[in-house]
Amino acid sequence: MPKVLVVTSGKGGVGKTTSTAALGAALAQAGQKVVVIDFDVGLRNLDLVMGAERRVVFDLINVVQGMAKLSQALIRDKRLETLWLLPASQTRDKDALTEVGVAGVIKELRKTFDWIICDSPAGIERGATLAMRFADAAVIVTNPEVSSVRDSDRIIGLLDSKTEKAEKGEQIEKHMLITRYDPQRAKRGEMLNIEDVLDILSTPLLGIIPESQEVLRASNLGSPVTLCNAASAPARAYLDAARRLRGGVVPMNIHGERKRLFVKLFRRAA
Amino acid sequence: MTLFSLFPRRQGSAPRARERLQILLSHERSICGKSDLISVLQEEILTALGKHIIVSQDNLTIRMDRGAALSTLDIEVLIPHSSGMTVSSADRDFVKTLRLAH
Repeated sequence: MPKVLVVTSGKGGVGKTTSTAALGAALAQAGQKVVVIDFDVGLRNLDLVMGAERRVVFDLINVVQGMAKLSQALIRDKRLETLWLLPASQTRDKDALTEVGVAGVIKELRKTFDWIICDSPAGIERGATLAMRFADAAVIVTNPEVSSVRDSDRIIGLLDSKTEKAEKGEQIEKHMLITRYDPQRAKRGEMLNIEDVLDILSTPLLGIIPESQEVLRASNLGSPVTLCNAASAPARAYLDAARRLRGGVVPMNIHGERKRLFVKLFRRAA
Repeated sequence: MTLFSLFPRRQGSAPRARERLQILLSHERSICGKSDLISVLQEEILTALGKHIIVSQDNLTIRMDRGAALSTLDIEVLIPHSSGMTVSSADRDFVKTLRLAH
């Protein structure tokens, strides 16, 4: 049964696009057929993070408005056969996105894909509400920081009231993904710890993505972090999270970098 | 006096963050969640009252307070003298408070 997943947060810059790309790739690496959709009309970036920026011809708005077929707008990933991207429009106005249009696109995608992952824009405006509108499940990306936690709380409220599922009186499945976590700082009491965030937001935890330089490196190279360096701490955390999304029971470890000192020195010299 | 006490370790700020969030969110949840209900109630009460008396939107106040044990819903309607109803001389003629168990 296909699943529509929205990756959302309210606050900008917490890692929605990074997480969409990484979870999408991780699910595709496990053989699932995945499409990631960028809902950030006017400020698209998922194409860039996925390394497909030069292959965009048609976009979501073109499809919604009937100017292009869905098959023309979908871009297949060069590394993973089962991973596809539906980019957002960079030039059009965000009001070009209509509820009926989005409903049609999602309905069509449900026929072919196992996972339809909607990368929400920041904020609570049209793009964000439409990204969550038809979702079966939500990944709420949160940094252990006051403004991010507050915005996540607001988004959880919207997920429980403004989605199609909520309006039908059904429960939307919610998962908390904590990103940019620094276990050392949390241990010293300098950063909200996992229990604090879960306590405040009372939403089940999907994964803990540690703060890592690998995330920036992956986006520099235009590759989801799970593909760019599958052995890195954030990649392992995303791969675990993807397994949990599929119903797997995976112990909740906070991954650290495995590299030993001489490996680091060697890499630097190389 | 030890050497360490000369350089007191800074207290972690996370507990303060947690406390501030808990206070803020308990307040915000009480407003955000109800905003729709309040506007729906406002409209429906005005329609119902409108069949009998003329009450403007400004004279209708609805407040909701969610507590742990008890939530209250206050509906206050000010009826103007020209409403066609026989009313007492006070400006605030009719105040009704409903109490709902949470």
